[in-house]
Amino acid sequence: MEALGSLIQGFGVVADPMNIVYMFIGITLGVLIGVLPGLGGANGVAILLPLTFGMSPTSAIIMLSCIYWGALFGGAITSVLFNIPGEPWSVATTFDGHPMAQKGHAGEALTTAFTSSFFGAFFAVIVITFLAPVIAAFALQFGPAEFFAVQMLTFCSFVGMGSDSPFKVLCAMMLGFALAAVGIDTVTGELRMTFGSVELLRGFDFLIAVIGLFGIGEILLTMEEGLAFRGKSARISATVVWRTWKQLPKYWVTAMRGSIVGCWMGITPGGATPASFMSYGLAKRFSRNGSKFGTGEMEGVVAPETAAHAAGTSALLPMLTLGIPGSPTAAVLLGGLLIWGLQPGPLLFVEQADFVWGLIASMYLGNIAGLIVVLTTVPLFAAILRIPFSIIAPVIVVICAVGAYTVHNAFFDVVLMLVFGVLGYIFKKLSYPLAPLVLALVLGDMAEGSFRQAMLVSQGDLAIFWSNYLVGGIITLALFMLFWPVISTFIRRKSGTTGGTEAVAAK
Amino acid sequence: MKVVKHPRLATAATFATAVLGATALSALPTTAFAWEPTKSVEFVVPAGTGGGADQMARMIQGVIQKNNLMKQPIVVVNKSGGAGAEGFLDIKGSKGEEHKIIITLSNLFTTPLATGVPFSYKDMTPVAMLALDNFVLWVNTASPYQSAKEFIDAVKTAGPNKYKMGGTGSKQEDQIITVGIDATAGTKFTYIPYKGGGDVAAQLVGNHVNSSVNNPIEAVSQWRAGALRPLCVFDDERIPLKEPIAGTQSWNDIPTCKESGLDVTYTMLRGIMMPAGVSKDVVDYYVDLFQKVRETPEWKDFMEKGAFNTTFMTGDDYTKWLASADEQHRKLMTDAGLAKK
Amino acid sequence: MDHETESSAPVVSNRVMEIVVAGLFALFSIIVMMDSARVGAGWASDGPEAGYFPFYVGLIMLVSALAIMGTAIFRQTNADSGTFVEKHQLALVLQVLVPSSVFVALVSFLGIYVAAAIFIAFFMYWVGKYPVQKIVPVAVGVPVALFVAFEIWFLVPLPKGPVEAMLGF
Repeated sequence: MEALGSLIQGFGVVADPMNIVYMFIGITLGVLIGVLPGLGGANGVAILLPLTFGMSPTSAIIMLSCIYWGALFGGAITSVLFNIPGEPWSVATTFDGHPMAQKGHAGEALTTAFTSSFFGAFFAVIVITFLAPVIAAFALQFGPAEFFAVQMLTFCSFVGMGSDSPFKVLCAMMLGFALAAVGIDTVTGELRMTFGSVELLRGFDFLIAVIGLFGIGEILLTMEEGLAFRGKSARISATVVWRTWKQLPKYWVTAMRGSIVGCWMGITPGGATPASFMSYGLAKRFSRNGSKFGTGEMEGVVAPETAAHAAGTSALLPMLTLGIPGSPTAAVLLGGLLIWGLQPGPLLFVEQADFVWGLIASMYLGNIAGLIVVLTTVPLFAAILRIPFSIIAPVIVVICAVGAYTVHNAFFDVVLMLVFGVLGYIFKKLSYPLAPLVLALVLGDMAEGSFRQAMLVSQGDLAIFWSNYLVGGIITLALFMLFWPVISTFIRRKSGTTGGTEAVAAK
Repeated sequence: MKVVKHPRLATAATFATAVLGATALSALPTTAFAWEPTKSVEFVVPAGTGGGADQMARMIQGVIQKNNLMKQPIVVVNKSGGAGAEGFLDIKGSKGEEHKIIITLSNLFTTPLATGVPFSYKDMTPVAMLALDNFVLWVNTASPYQSAKEFIDAVKTAGPNKYKMGGTGSKQEDQIITVGIDATAGTKFTYIPYKGGGDVAAQLVGNHVNSSVNNPIEAVSQWRAGALRPLCVFDDERIPLKEPIAGTQSWNDIPTCKESGLDVTYTMLRGIMMPAGVSKDVVDYYVDLFQKVRETPEWKDFMEKGAFNTTFMTGDDYTKWLASADEQHRKLMTDAGLAKK
Repeated sequence: MDHETESSAPVVSNRVMEIVVAGLFALFSIIVMMDSARVGAGWASDGPEAGYFPFYVGLIMLVSALAIMGTAIFRQTNADSGTFVEKHQLALVLQVLVPSSVFVALVSFLGIYVAAAIFIAFFMYWVGKYPVQKIVPVAVGVPVALFVAFEIWFLVPLPKGPVEAMLGF
């Protein structure tokens, strides 16, 4: 209960009115940054970092981490409304969030997303408060082989998602892997598939692809169907929040699962984006409504949002205790700490207790503040869908272009975004699935890197993946997940039931 | 090879000179500089957000803003593609652009050698060396090695590829030091590349690798926590900071590798370059700016925290230093087979 | 909006489109494999080489693409010969795509702000048929808001052109 005492002290630090002001400024800026695709949490925090030099480190980190919370919340907004993920970790939110909006439930979808985010974050903060030392030690267990195992688990819990042709799934997935490989190879430092072009040096960024495939692709599809976002602007009233809240408790299993997956992925560190995909995949597989995922299920919003926000929050733990950033944004915050003269590491909790507990207390308050801010904006954002298509479409294209540009400050990326848009349109019409493509794009490089690092460690011996209980366990779990459709059918047959209405969603 | 040319930059540059001409006539006495920026200055970082170079650049940006050292804003832009090649090619292609500077790290030398992307320090105007980043040989405190000699002997006795060296990136500074050790001491490490310095330090703490050559700032917290042990520093002289850092030990207590019988020296450039074809007045302005930056307490504090070698160089000295460093990298990388044929 | 109804003739069938896309996949996969072979696609003593994974990624893609192509060519069911896009649909899609492409091209000459203003104004005028008094606030307001947010608050430089240069940015 020592933690509790420290935490109360932390609240004392945060309660300074100026810090509360910084908190709200941070959240608002963060939401704005989250809404603009491309200008992600990492960029946003990096950009605003120099502005905080005049403040005390505690105030500065409160404001910067609130920007981060805000970005985590804000990423969902455009995902739901326009099928454009504002942040990489909200890609999985588009799968059910946007269909909900199309059915006229934009307000419900946004409320669900925000509330789930809050739940995930809160769960993670509690974990950080009480389990920090234990978990920090656990993160040290992760070498290259373990990282690969986790990435494989993410992949295996997600593949096999609904599509009619397995060849198309393979094609899309392989395209993602191939694009992920373009640029410099992290293990040998060699250039792959750049063909002497300067523009290809930076590779294909996940965000560019996603803005194009989802955002621009959606606009083209909408246009084809006759000039209107199908989002029937249902009457948005303050009661929408209340009505949604009444429905949410029944998804508590999914929310808990998402939070646990998120915490784990944030700490090890796997990142918020893989966490959201893994949580979505698991929910689809194990939920009773699994087969309806993708058509606008509330549960399909709960799963990725809890995981993403739990991961985003818990990613700060390895940063503080070990100096390893659990996410790109954490990496920038880490830089900030160093500049302010705070040395992240095992001793930070001892030497800078005020700072650390102030930060943790601000996570509680920041997320509550964040939830209040974003929930009040629900009607506002949902109202955007009422703007006529011929006004909003060019504005979206412009914002997508800005987003694509800001990822790498490269004009070529804007062109790429447009190409991906056309690709997204064609793929959608020929029912090539986009989800495996983006997952392969985001995980491909990481997984290949970890695999090859592991091979360097073991000098080419694959047995390293079963060399201890941790890695062996995760790999086995991954294989189990991969063959789950087969296994569950088998179990069902064994137990004598004939499938019937609850037919297994094998595909 | 296609070289990117931004038409907007060209126009902006001509416009800037036009404005300059005008102001030179009307408002000369108000300023002590022969040249001053007339619009925001782009500060290119040829590395991703969160890394050492990025931290330093944003730190400089903050110092300049806070102390009002420049009338125009300074804007940090990351161009990390192709191990930094993207950023350097941007500078190379912006000939005559006066509102653009770049912070360099060792990839100024290593990237062209490793990837064959054509650029070199000769394509740019050297402005100033800000500092040299030190490298320290670290092992886990659980390992029995108390000195570099003991450790290197153990690696040698164990035979090739038995000991793993963790480092940042491939064919970059950490790997160059590793092959330097191999060449000097007759060892053969398995080099394992990771994404960032923090990762490497944590991997060493978790015993996934046997040693690392982390920069001081990347590993200092683990040293203070008693998880890592420094064996030697790869500079010509010991780090002059005598304040106790970990227990009773200070940076100054770490012997140089040369002292410990491992004759390898390496430091990494943290310097500023700008596009070719700019006038001396422009370079003088930036040199003056960075001199002011170096005098701020924030900068001094940052240098001390990171145990940097604070050598400052400009002009011919700096150019000479660049030439010899370029030669050193070429030799090390060619000998180790890391250069692209 | 007021597209003629007689133009709902099919432009291209699903089947042709399937074959074309699969063909492009196959082509792409061959490029991937060739470049991977260049950097080394084998399994060295210390694990896979740089081109190992991309090579097999390419190979799987090639096989899958050929399978898709084969199915499209040989299986003559009604589902396959459906329409990929009708004429009026294509016209609508191009109504967005062409101006967007022009916008992107303009960005490199005029900078993103001016190009955005022109693009939004044109689109609202051409597709939405809005009067000028409605067009101007949106077409000017959006780029100005972006300019303030990016160039002034966040200090993130976006592509700028001669107009911004004249204003001293």
